[in-house]
Amino acid sequence: MSTVTGADLERPASEPPTRRISLSRRIKDNVATVLVSLAFLIAVVPLVWVLVTVVSRGAPALFSADWWGTSLSGILPEEYEGGVYHAIYGTLIQALIATVIAVPIGILAAIYLVEYGRGALARTTSFMVDILAGVPSIVAALFVFAAFISILGAPQSAFMVSLALVLLMLPVVIRNTEEMLRLVPDRLRESAYALGIPKWKTILRIVLPTAFSGTVTGVMLAIARIMGETAPVLVLVGYSRAINYDPFQGNMASLPLLMYSELSNPEAAGQYRIWGAALTLIIIIMIFQVGASLLSRFSAIPK
Amino acid sequence: MAKRIDLKDVDIYYGAFHAVQNVNLTVIPRSVTAFIGPSGCGKSTVLRTLNRMHEEIAGARVEGEILLDGENIYDRGTDAVAVRRTIGMVFQMPNPFPTMSVRDNVVAGLKLQGVRDKKKLDEVCEASLRGANLWKEVKDRLDKPGGGLSGGQQQRLCIARAIAVQPDVLLMDEPCSALDPISTLAIEDLIADLKKEYTIVIVTHNMQQAARVSDQTGFFNLEATGKPGHLVEIDDTEKIFSNPTQQATEDYISGRFG
Repeated sequence: MSTVTGADLERPASEPPTRRISLSRRIKDNVATVLVSLAFLIAVVPLVWVLVTVVSRGAPALFSADWWGTSLSGILPEEYEGGVYHAIYGTLIQALIATVIAVPIGILAAIYLVEYGRGALARTTSFMVDILAGVPSIVAALFVFAAFISILGAPQSAFMVSLALVLLMLPVVIRNTEEMLRLVPDRLRESAYALGIPKWKTILRIVLPTAFSGTVTGVMLAIARIMGETAPVLVLVGYSRAINYDPFQGNMASLPLLMYSELSNPEAAGQYRIWGAALTLIIIIMIFQVGASLLSRFSAIPK
Repeated sequence: MAKRIDLKDVDIYYGAFHAVQNVNLTVIPRSVTAFIGPSGCGKSTVLRTLNRMHEEIAGARVEGEILLDGENIYDRGTDAVAVRRTIGMVFQMPNPFPTMSVRDNVVAGLKLQGVRDKKKLDEVCEASLRGANLWKEVKDRLDKPGGGLSGGQQQRLCIARAIAVQPDVLLMDEPCSALDPISTLAIEDLIADLKKEYTIVIVTHNMQQAARVSDQTGFFNLEATGKPGHLVEIDDTEKIFSNPTQQATEDYISGRFG
């Protein structure tokens, strides 16, 4: 008969099963960790590469005195002077006009699809939105060219670009708003109905405010998305080296169009302006994206 | 204020599915009527037809007559919105409007019906919160979001919101099933107070609750899944729980079934 000492009592009879990880599990764990990290690196490398290139080549232009406040009017191709303010204006005003048209239509269409749409018309609308979402930007641009410029005889102008951008923006706004409205729980609608609040008022005062944050974020992202579109500006408006405030007539520059036109500039100044405009465009789009995330944070429903 | 409701030969459908068959009953003013029965027997469905919430579901329809003080609320000319102003409803899950403060939640019904008078809204807000036994707990946080209250407080907030529009009838669809026993007790006390002024219909899975709060109890049952539910019997609560006429009722309340 053995005697039990204090030390024996301290030691567990067998090692607890939770303490050992089998060799095969450790190997699987390591392999998976390596694979996932590798995939992450592969995804990040091009992104960092693009950013570093654009920033390093574009930054000098951004710090020049004229960049944000003058146009290229009267500047020779080989000169480094001048700025892109005419193109920034063009990009912003074209996006703004597109937004003013696309957002109300998009939100109303989404409200129809979520709150009212039943039957064939809703299915057709939903199907058409899917088709529209798949339309390449060059096709949207050519459609506007055919419908408004060839048939109706409208002049090429920034407004035509905005119309093409509307076609690209609409499905994004509709789909996003639809998602946000569907996230609003039905029990909120029901409790509003149960208070004797009519349906339209329920949508306007209960459903839309609840979905506001996500809807606005979606709109901001859609704006950021269309500002880089190149096909519509190539097809629907001429390039101008000078500022043109009038979106309804005349040539108007925009950042993508400026970059495209400077491609044919053989001088080093052309490269300088292309990279500068690229960085400017990225910065503007980033401002919208950061703005979207800030808006969604501050307009989020308090808990 | 309080009104009487009569159901005459009511049949309720979801599309082709016959959910509830041939219900005849009378809801007495200034009293509490409880609906009990196993899941799927149609008691909530019947409740939702009483203020025409049922028709918000696609394909849902009702046959027969539902008379509110003698007027059929399913008459052609009757406005569902007006019916719902008269017959309020409290749901199973507390559902305060997340974008609104406590105060705005309570007066949401009035505000959205177009009442602008700030003084009146404040009065109604206080009176309704007092009526819902919530005033003391929230009077210092009226401007905080309604979603920040506890579950029991939220449910009482929803009751305050429902009585703020001064309905004649209050429907409650399992109002305590998501709440703890203390909040449940608070709501049951509130129901006892509210029945002095309102006609109350409550659906509950909790038979003790039905026995505690109600004056008359209706037992719903269904023969089998997929068959329509029906009203087995409705009588004074005391009688249903002590000496029911139907064997099925006795089986259910004594726990032999359901």
